Amino acid sequence: MPETSGSPLPEPIPITLKINGSSHSIEVRPWSTLLDVLRDHIHLTDTKIGCDHGQCGACTILLNGQRINSCLSLAVMHNGDEITTIGGIADCENLHPLQQAFIKHDALQCGYCTPGQICSAIGLVSEGHAKSREDIRELMSGNLCRCGAYTNIVDAIEEVMRSESSTT
Amino acid sequence: MPTKHIGQPYDRSDARDKVLGRATYTAEHLVPDLLHGHVISSKIACGRITHLNTDHALKIPGVIAVLSHKTDFKTARFDLSYKDMDSPPGSPFRPFSTPEVKFAMQPIALVVAESTELARYAARLVEVTYEVDPHNTDLMGSLSESKAGKGLRAGVESPSNRGDFRAAYNKSEVQTSSDYLHPSQHHNPMEMHASIVHYHDEKSLTIYDKTQGVKNSQHYVTMAFGLRKKNVRVLSPFVGGAFGSGLRPQYQLFLATLAALELKRSVKVQLTRPQMFSFGHRPKTHQTVSLGASRDGKINAIFHHAVGETSRFEDYIENVATWAAKLYDAENVEQQYRIVPLDTYTPLDMRAPGGASGLYALECAMDELATELKMDPLDLRLKNYSEEDPSAGKPFSSKALKECFAQGSTRFGWDSRHQRTDTPYGKHRGSGMATGIWDALQFPTRAAATLASDLKLEIRIATADIGTGTYTIMKQIAAEELGLPTESVDAKLGDTDFPFAFIQGGSATAASVGSAVRKACRKVQKQLLKEAGKMKNSPFQHADIDDVVFEDGLLKRKDDPQMQTSLKQIFADRDIDQIDKKCTWTPNLLKQRKYSMNTHSAVFVEVEVDADVGFVSVERVVVAVAAGRILNPKTARSQILGGVVWGISMALHEESYMDNSLGRFINHDFANYHIPVNADIKDIEVIFVEEDDTVVNPLGVKGLGEIGLVGVPAAVANAVFDATGKRVRELPITPDKLFAEP
Amino acid sequence: MRPFKYNRPLDLATASNAGTSGSFIAGGTNLLDLMKCDVEQPSQLVDLNHLGLGSISETADGGLELGALATNTTTAYHPIVQERYPILSRAILAGASPQLRNKATNGGNLLQRTRCPYFFDTDSPCNKRVPGSGCPAKEGYSKLHAILGASDSCIATHPSDMCVALRALDATIRVSGPHGERRIEFADFHRLPGDQPEIETSLEKGEVITAILLPADGFADNFAYFKVRERASYAFALVSVAAVARLEGNQLKEGRVALGGVAAKPWRDLEAESLLCDQPCNAETFGNFADALLQSAKTYPGNRFKVPMARAAIVRALSEATHLNQL
Repeated sequence: MPETSGSPLPEPIPITLKINGSSHSIEVRPWSTLLDVLRDHIHLTDTKIGCDHGQCGACTILLNGQRINSCLSLAVMHNGDEITTIGGIADCENLHPLQQAFIKHDALQCGYCTPGQICSAIGLVSEGHAKSREDIRELMSGNLCRCGAYTNIVDAIEEVMRSESSTT
Repeated sequence: MPTKHIGQPYDRSDARDKVLGRATYTAEHLVPDLLHGHVISSKIACGRITHLNTDHALKIPGVIAVLSHKTDFKTARFDLSYKDMDSPPGSPFRPFSTPEVKFAMQPIALVVAESTELARYAARLVEVTYEVDPHNTDLMGSLSESKAGKGLRAGVESPSNRGDFRAAYNKSEVQTSSDYLHPSQHHNPMEMHASIVHYHDEKSLTIYDKTQGVKNSQHYVTMAFGLRKKNVRVLSPFVGGAFGSGLRPQYQLFLATLAALELKRSVKVQLTRPQMFSFGHRPKTHQTVSLGASRDGKINAIFHHAVGETSRFEDYIENVATWAAKLYDAENVEQQYRIVPLDTYTPLDMRAPGGASGLYALECAMDELATELKMDPLDLRLKNYSEEDPSAGKPFSSKALKECFAQGSTRFGWDSRHQRTDTPYGKHRGSGMATGIWDALQFPTRAAATLASDLKLEIRIATADIGTGTYTIMKQIAAEELGLPTESVDAKLGDTDFPFAFIQGGSATAASVGSAVRKACRKVQKQLLKEAGKMKNSPFQHADIDDVVFEDGLLKRKDDPQMQTSLKQIFADRDIDQIDKKCTWTPNLLKQRKYSMNTHSAVFVEVEVDADVGFVSVERVVVAVAAGRILNPKTARSQILGGVVWGISMALHEESYMDNSLGRFINHDFANYHIPVNADIKDIEVIFVEEDDTVVNPLGVKGLGEIGLVGVPAAVANAVFDATGKRVRELPITPDKLFAEP
Repeated sequence: MRPFKYNRPLDLATASNAGTSGSFIAGGTNLLDLMKCDVEQPSQLVDLNHLGLGSISETADGGLELGALATNTTTAYHPIVQERYPILSRAILAGASPQLRNKATNGGNLLQRTRCPYFFDTDSPCNKRVPGSGCPAKEGYSKLHAILGASDSCIATHPSDMCVALRALDATIRVSGPHGERRIEFADFHRLPGDQPEIETSLEKGEVITAILLPADGFADNFAYFKVRERASYAFALVSVAAVARLEGNQLKEGRVALGGVAAKPWRDLEAESLLCDQPCNAETFGNFADALLQSAKTYPGNRFKVPMARAAIVRALSEATHLNQL
C-alpha cells in the first residue's frame, strides 16, 4: 500500500556534470533526473520535456556521446559524465550540419521536439547503423513529432548522412 | 503568382532559434523565486470530495501550500465571467469552486512547493476520500438520449437541409447506408500545458501561458479574478504545438493565477502527460450516412446524421454534418448533429474539428456507393461535382477542386493503380481517394507597424505561431509591402501588449493576420509618400499611392522608376525617427456575403496491408490542395504534410480509450495512445493548385491548417478496402479489426 | 517520486546485501518510469553499474555469456550476437527505441514489469499493484493482455521482445545472492500470476542477475522474429513470435516457438512443439502446431482477436524460419 505519511528527504549529494564542455558542480537529491537538473536546477531549458516517461524522445541528450532519454536517468548516477544538449551542438554561431539541414528541409514546425530530434539524429549518424531512408525512419522512431514533420526530418538526416559518407 | 517575397520558399524565420534550442517555450521563462505547482487529479468520474487531508504533505519542508475547494478564495461569482473566446454554450468548468467532481482526472487540488520534485512527491501524500455517484461515459450506450445543442459558436453552423431526403432515397435506384464510428482523441501537443504567473503585486501579474491566443488568456484571467487588463500581461512567444488544445484557457492557467494571488508569490504549473488527457478532446462521434443515386451515379439523396459526446456542463457542437450539402449537388439533403451529455470534460476543437470526423464518414460512404455502382470513385465525385455551393445557393469565391482531382490523380497514377504486380508475399496493395473541404475563415485583426530611420521594420500582433509559420509570413508580407529585405523585418507576436488578434484557429490566421500586416504596412507607405512629397524638389509632391512602388529600400514612381528616393533619405530629410502606424483589418463582409469561401483538396492514398495480421502501412499519399494563394511554399508544404500525418494517425492509430466502468480514459500516455512514429510515415507528395481569389481577402489567402487532414482518414480507409475487400467502419483501423481470421 | 537513498556498491556481495532492503537499478528505464507513476516506491536504490557486469564473452561450451549490465544496444549489435544469434539481435531491435536501448540493460529487460495501463494508473484498481483491488482489464482495455496462463486475478503480459527470443534459444540466467550463485532456466524465471500476480519472477530478495547464458546453437540459419503491433515501431507487441527450426531437406527435425504479448512470461508449449518434430515443412504442420498451442487460450472481450492473430503470426514466423515461401 502506498505510504501516506512523509519520509525524510535524503540529503543532497554533490556531483559534477560536464555539460556542453563546461563543468557544473551541483548538489542534487537522488530523485532528480538529468532532465530535472538541466531544466529546473541549472535552467538549461534547451532540452525539452514531452512526457517525462521515456515515451516521446523530446528530452534526448547525448550522454558520453550516446543518445539517451534524460527523463529516465538519475543525475546522481552520472557523476563525472559528459552531457551534450542541443545547446552544445553548434560550434559557436556556426550551426552543425544537421541543424543547417533541419532548417533547409523545414524539418520542424512548432520546434518543441526539435532539440531531441537533432540530438537523436547525431546519435544515429555516429552509430552508423542506418544505411537507407527506411533505416533512418526506424532508428528515428524514438522521437515523436506531433506536427508531423517526419518526412522532412528524414530528408535532412539523409542529406547529412550522404555528405558525411562522401567526405570520409 | 510569386512576387518578390510572397510565394517564395523562405526558411522558417524562427527555425534558427529552434534548432539551437533557444526558442523559449512557456515553462522555460526565467522568473525569480518561482514556486512549482503540481495538480492532483480526481480518481472518480462523478461524485464529491468528502475529505481532503493535506497534513502529511504540508509537513514536508519546502511544501508551501495545498490549494483546493477548501481554500477560501474570491473569484468572480457568475459563470459568464469564466467564458472565453471559444466557450460553447453552457457553464464553464470552474476549478476548486465546489467539492463536486464532474469528470475523471478533474483537478481537485494544487500542491505548491519549492521544487517540482517536492510538489510531485507531496501530491502523493494528500489523502482524498470521495462519495461516489454513478457515472455515464458511454456514448454508444446512450445514443437514444441525444439532444440538439443549444446555440452555436464562432465558425460553427447549423446543418442545412433541402428537398425531401426520405422520399427521394426511397425512389433511388441504388441505395447505400452505413454507420461509422470514431473514438475520442486528445490533442497531445509535444509541449505539455503550462503557465507561469510572475507575481508583481496583488493587482499586477505577468503571465506566460501555453495558448493559441494571449488575448483570450488575458480576458479569462482578468474576468475570473477581477483584475484590470492593463495590469495583466500574457506572453506566449513560442508554442510547442497545440492543435486546438490552446484555444481555451486550460485549468493550469486558473490554478497558477490562483496560487500566485493567494500566496503572493510567482508560481509555475505544468501538467503531466496523463493530465493532457484530462481536458478537451475531439468528441467520439457515431454517424450514419445514406446515399441514394441513379444507376449512372447521379446522387439524388444524402442523409448525414451524427451524434457526438459533450459534457454535462457545456454543449459542444462542431461542423460534422454540414459538408455533404456543400460538396455535392444532390437535390435532397438531410443533415443533423446531436449531442449526448456524458460525465466527461467538454470536448474541444481539435485540428479540423467536425471536418475530420464528418468527412471521414461522408467520403467513406461515397466510396461504398462507388463500389455499389461499380464506378470509379473519382468519376463518382466528378459526376456529382458542384461548381457552386448548393447549401447556400452562392458561387464559391474560388474552387479549383476539379484541377486538384486532375493533378492529384495524374501524379498518383490513379488510372493505373491496379496494374502493379510487385507486391511482396502476403501483402496486399490498395488505393483509395477522398475529397477534402474546409472553411476559409477570417477574423478582424489589428496590427502595429513601426519603421525606424535605419529601415528596421517591426510588426506587432497579439497572435500566435503554434508551428504554423506565422512569424515567417508576417515578415514576408511586410517586406513585400515596403520593399525591404525580410532580414530588416522583425515580427513580434504572442504578447497582450500588442494589438488584438483572435485565437489562432480554424485555419484563419494567415488570412487574418496577413491582411492586417498588409494594411498596417500600407499605412506606413502612405505616410512615407506624404513625407516624401514634402521633400525639396520632390517628384512625389502630387503622387498618389497607386502611382508609386516600394522596392529595395527605395520609393519609385511607376511611370518613371528613375524618379526615386531612398526611404532613408526621407527620414533624414524630414528629420523623423520612426513612423508608427496601427490599423484594424476586417473582412469585407459586403463583398463576401455573396460567396461561399472554402478550401478544397483531393487525396490519393496507397496502402500495403499485411493481411495475415492486419497491419496497414500507408506507402504513398498524394494530396492536391486548392487554398488560394500560397504565401510560402516551404512552410505551407510542411503544414499540409502535418495534416496528412494527422489524417493517417486518425485512420490507423489514435484512440483515447474510455473505460466506461471506471469512467476514465485509461491509455493516457504516449506508450498506449499511439500517434505515428517516423517509421509509419513514408512518401507524401503535396501539390498546390493556386487559386486567384479576389474575394476572400486582398492577399487571396485561405489558410492551410486543416485542409491537409480532412480527406485523409477516408482515403486511407478506402484504400484499405481496396486492398482487402473489408470495410472497417470504426476508427482507428488497428490490426485487431482487420486481420484475416482463418 | 518518493524519497529514497542512493547506494552505489562496488562489489556483488555488498550489492546483494543492500538489495535485501532496496531495489536494484541498472539502466532505470522501466524502474524510474514506475517510480514516477508511484507504482514502485523503493526506499533505497542500489546502483549495479559499478560491478563490472557489462561484458559479453564466449563460454567454454561454445555458448555466449551476456553480462547483465551490457546494454540492449551493445548486445543487439555485438558481432557474435549478430552472426550466431541473429534472432536475439532482431528481437532486441524490435523493442523500444534507440535511446531506451542505449540505457536499458539485459538484466533489466528480463525484469521489466507489465505495460498494462491499469497497473500504471494508480487511480485504477489492479491486483498486481494493490493485491485484492481487482482487475479492470478483464472487462476493459485488454489488447496488450494475456490469452495464455492468466488467472482470474491478473491478465497482464510481460512486455519484452528480447525475452521471447531468449526463451526460444533456451537461455539460462545466472544470479548471485546472499546465499551464493545459482542458475535459473529461462522457463523457470518468470512466473504466471496465479493468485499472487505481484510476484513475477523466481528471484529471491537480494539476488542480482549477473549474466544470461546462451547455449551454443543460435539457429542462425533458421529463425524468425515476427512482431505484430499497432504502429511500425516503438510499440509493444499485440503478439510476437520467436521461431527457430532445425531442418533436414524439407523435413522439419525440430521447431521451437516462443510467444510474446500473450502471457505473463514468454510462452512456450513443449508438448505442442512435438508436432514440429519430423514433420514436413508446410502450412498444415505449422497450423496444426499453432492450434495445439492455442488450444488452452482464454480470451476477454477486448482481446478475442489475439487467438487467430497469434495463429497467423505463428504460421508466418515458422514459414519465415523455414524459408517456406522460398521453397
